[in-house]
Amino acid sequence: MPSKYRSPVMDRRSFVKIVTASLGSMMAAIVGLPVIQYFISPALGKTGSDDWISLGSLDNFPFDLPTLFNFNITQVNGWERSSMSYGAFVLRKEGQDPIVFSDVCTHLSCRVNWDEENKEFHCPCHNAFFDANGEVVSGPPPRPLDQYEIRLDGDQLFIHLTEG
Amino acid sequence: MAENVFSWLDERLGLKAIYDTILDRKVPKVNWWFTLGSASLFLGLMQGITGMLLSVYYVPTPDHAYDSITFIMTGVQFGWLIRGIHHWGASLLILTAFIHMLRVFFYGAYKYPREFTWITGVGLLISALGMGFTGYLLPWNQRSYWATTVGSEIAGTVPWVGDFILRTLRGGTNLSALTLSRFFSLHIWIFPAIILATVGTHLYLVIRLGISHIPDKDS
Repeated sequence: MPSKYRSPVMDRRSFVKIVTASLGSMMAAIVGLPVIQYFISPALGKTGSDDWISLGSLDNFPFDLPTLFNFNITQVNGWERSSMSYGAFVLRKEGQDPIVFSDVCTHLSCRVNWDEENKEFHCPCHNAFFDANGEVVSGPPPRPLDQYEIRLDGDQLFIHLTEG
Repeated sequence: MAENVFSWLDERLGLKAIYDTILDRKVPKVNWWFTLGSASLFLGLMQGITGMLLSVYYVPTPDHAYDSITFIMTGVQFGWLIRGIHHWGASLLILTAFIHMLRVFFYGAYKYPREFTWITGVGLLISALGMGFTGYLLPWNQRSYWATTVGSEIAGTVPWVGDFILRTLRGGTNLSALTLSRFFSLHIWIFPAIILATVGTHLYLVIRLGISHIPDKDS
């Protein structure tokens, strides 16, 4: 090639390399950034619920015995309608408003059971124990059992389910 | 710093030798028709990447396939883009691969010692058509359902073994959940594995033998 066509700055090879690398990076970014959105967008969507759930008459729940109430909520996850199951322990005491515990262990979200013999909630996953008031007796949970906000309408009991 | 890291790696991995062999190899004077192999490779890689991404949401069962694709198109951000690239890239890949084949044919580039490269190329074209045939069913809409009905029916017209082929394709007498799941398996595992191995052989041969020059008056 005659020298008058030669660039003083770079040779042909380095020019081609730089152009290839920058075009390649641009194309990778144009495809790559939407991919991140593609992955995380379902995580950002609101699937939560904010409902008052009726637990029926207070008379269904005996005094001083945490009693499990199961209920299902239908949610749409992606393309599927699925029924999510929840459990709530209702504890009534004479002359006091009832307390309603979530049955979700505060450690890693297994479900706790009421052990009537020892008067304790027991989580089988990592051997956690809570007393009848939901306080941690032993095991790994970082805090007492969560309580639902309640509302009394005559003798009808409602709990406030918020999620997401 | 970067240079030190590179030379440390190069000394152990021989990166420069790989680069020289693959990208700095000697080629005769060629024209734009010679870019179609690389174009097909690039499109194939894009199909692989977008396909993996689609499998994040797609479910190959009759009760969820259509809904999961509707969700990809409307419920996931940029889902339309990922599926669009996969959809249009599929047709474009067949086109580039086919024109690539015509170039090799008309320039006589399939001749000695490159016959086996041609044979692997034929295998790749057939596998790509297999990918197209199996992928077409996956949306599980009316078009895919009837296209597969007709396609497997055509395979069923083969003398003597036709009925066997038809049943094997469908996983039974009828188009069913079994058909969908076996087409899915072929589409994401079996054909890709075959294609990966064959592309490897194809590229190895291109690099080992070099590419032939455009025929001149003497040849």
